[in-house]
Amino acid sequence: MRTVFKTSYDADIRMFKHGAQAGWYALLLVLAVVLPWLFNTYWLGEATNMLIWAIAGMGLMILVGQTGQASLGHAAFLAIGCYANVLLQMHGLPFVLAFPLGGLIAGLAGFFIAFPMARLHGIYLAIGTLALAILIDDLIVIAEPLTAGVVGLFAPDISIFGLDINRYGNPWLFYWLVLFVTVLIVLAYRNILRSPLGRSFAAVRDSEVSARAMGVNVALTKATAFGVSAGITGLAGALMGHFAGIFNNETFNIIISIQLLLMIVIGGLGSIHGAFFGAAVVALLPQAIAIGRDVVTGWLGSSSVAIPGLESAIFGFILIAFILFEPLGIYGRWIKIRTYFELFPFYRKDMFRRQRSYLKTERMR
Amino acid sequence: MTALLELENVTLRFGGVTAVNKVSFSVEEGEVFALVGPNGAGKSTVFNLVSRFYDPAEGDIRFAGESILKRQPHEMAGLGIARTFQNIELFDHATVLQNLLVGRHRHRRGNLLTETLFTPFVRREERRHREAVEKVIDFLDLQPYREKYIAGLPYGVRKVVEMGRALAIEPRLLLLDEPASGLSVEETQDVAFWIEDIKTQMGITVLMVEHDMHLVASVSDRVLALADGKMLALGTPKEVQTHPKVVEAYIGSTDPMAGAKVRAAV
Repeated sequence: MRTVFKTSYDADIRMFKHGAQAGWYALLLVLAVVLPWLFNTYWLGEATNMLIWAIAGMGLMILVGQTGQASLGHAAFLAIGCYANVLLQMHGLPFVLAFPLGGLIAGLAGFFIAFPMARLHGIYLAIGTLALAILIDDLIVIAEPLTAGVVGLFAPDISIFGLDINRYGNPWLFYWLVLFVTVLIVLAYRNILRSPLGRSFAAVRDSEVSARAMGVNVALTKATAFGVSAGITGLAGALMGHFAGIFNNETFNIIISIQLLLMIVIGGLGSIHGAFFGAAVVALLPQAIAIGRDVVTGWLGSSSVAIPGLESAIFGFILIAFILFEPLGIYGRWIKIRTYFELFPFYRKDMFRRQRSYLKTERMR
Repeated sequence: MTALLELENVTLRFGGVTAVNKVSFSVEEGEVFALVGPNGAGKSTVFNLVSRFYDPAEGDIRFAGESILKRQPHEMAGLGIARTFQNIELFDHATVLQNLLVGRHRHRRGNLLTETLFTPFVRREERRHREAVEKVIDFLDLQPYREKYIAGLPYGVRKVVEMGRALAIEPRLLLLDEPASGLSVEETQDVAFWIEDIKTQMGITVLMVEHDMHLVASVSDRVLALADGKMLALGTPKEVQTHPKVVEAYIGSTDPMAGAKVRAAV
C-alpha cells in the first residue's frame, strides 16, 4: 500500500494522487491509442461502441452518482444531441461546430427542464424524467418535416477540415475521434469533481438542507447538474448517430434510458470507472452471449439455436446479482480486491461494511 | 456595542400550534447568546427562522440592520450566518476535508466554464480554500481525520466536523444547535474552550441552543429562556437560572405549598 507524504496543498488538488497512478493512466491511454493495430475492424467497432456508451454513462453518472438525482429519461438527451448534430450538419454546418453545438443544445434543454423537474424527489423524479423520454419520442414523430419522423435520418460522413471519417470506410479514425472526445470528457469530469461545483453536487446529494445552510443554491445546482449531464449525454447521442449511420425515434427509446441507468449501477455509482465498467458490460454482453451460444451449439453438434429475450434476461440477472451482493458495482468490487492485495494478509471481511448512520434532522422540503 | 441580529415580535404558527410567540431579542456583536428552555420550547424553531427555513407569520428579523425576510435560505451563508444542526447534517459520502471545503462555497469565485477547464485561477482559489480549511482543522484538532469519510466517524468527531464546516464559512454570526448534546464531559469541556476562542480570537458572534446548563453558564454572556414559544426571562446566566418563572418551567412551581394546595382543592 502506497502512502503519499503530502508536503503541499497541491497534493490534494492534483488530478492524480501520485506519479505511479499517473503512469498507469498514461499506459492505459497509450494502449487505447494503439488499439486499431491490435484489433480487427469488428472488435474495433465494439470498442468504439463501448466508449460511446461510456460517455453517455459519464453523463448520467454526474447526475445520479454525483448529485443523487435519478433519471429514467436520458434517452431524450441522447436523441436531442443526435438530431441537433445531424440536422445542423444537413444545414451546412461543419462537424467541428455541429457536434459541440449538439451537446450544448442538449445541455441547455437539460438545464431548463431541470427547474420544474428537480423539485421532485426520488421515485417522482424518475417518473417525471421517464415522461420526458416518451415526450421526446413523440415530438420526433410530430416534427416530421424536420426530423423525417419514423422514416429516420441518415448521419452524413464526418468531415473535419477536409478529412472524411466514416465508421465503415476508416473505422480507426472514427475510433480515435470517439477516444479523443472520451478523454476530454473524463478530464472535464475530473475537473468538476475537484472544484467547488463538484463539491456542491455532493452536498446536494447527501443533505439538501445542509447544502442550503452552506450557501449552496440547491435549485440552481441541480439544474447545473442536469445541464452538464444532458450535455455530455447529448455528445454521446451525436456519436451514436454517426456510429449507427441511420436512426429514427425508435433508436432512443425508453429501453435505452433504463439500460443506461442500469449500466451505471452495475458499473458502480459515483465513479468515472463505474461508467466504463458498466459500458463494457452493456457493449460486450451481446457478443459474449453470441460466443457462448456458438460454443454451446458446438458441443451439442446441432444447428444454431436462438432464444428470444436471452440478452435481456441475462442482463436482468446480472443486475439483480449486483444489487444483492455488490451494491457498489464492479468498481466497488475492484476496490475491495485491490485493498485485499494491498493489505495482504490483513484484509478483514467487514472492512467496507456500511456504518450505521445516525439520526437525521427532519428534512425541510 | 451594536446589535448584529435582531428579532422583533416574531411569531410562527404550525396549524393551531404557536411554536414561537412574539419573541423579541437582539444579539450584540461579539457576544455569546444562549437560548435555553424545555423540549418543545421553540429554540430550534428560532434557529430555523434565522436560517430562513421557515417564514415567520408576523414580525421582522434583521441581520446587521437589514431585514432578511426577503432573502432565500441559501443567501444566509453569503451574509455571514453559519449554522450547525442538532442531529448532524454532514455530507456522509464525502471526506472531512471535502465537508469543510463545502463550507467555503460562499467564497466560490469560479464558474462552470473555468472550473471545467480548471484554469490557473481556479487552482489558486483551491489553494486559498485549502489553506483556510487547514486553519479550521488546526483550530479544532481534526488533523487525524482529514481523509476519513464521515460515514465511518464516531459521533463526537462528527459534532466537531459540523462546527468546523460552519467555521469554514468565515461567518459573522455562528448558530450552534446543541453543540454538546451526546458528548462526553471531556468533549463538552473542549466545546466550551472552542466557543470561548471563537468569540475572543475569531471575533465571531455566537447564538447557541444548549441544554447543558454548566456549558451555558460558563460561556454565555446572556441567556434567553423560552417555554411554549414564549419568552420567560432574559439576562445573565445567573439571573436566568434563578428566575422564578424559569425554575417553574423546568421543575414546576416554586411555591412549597403548591402540592398541598392542589391536594386540598381536590
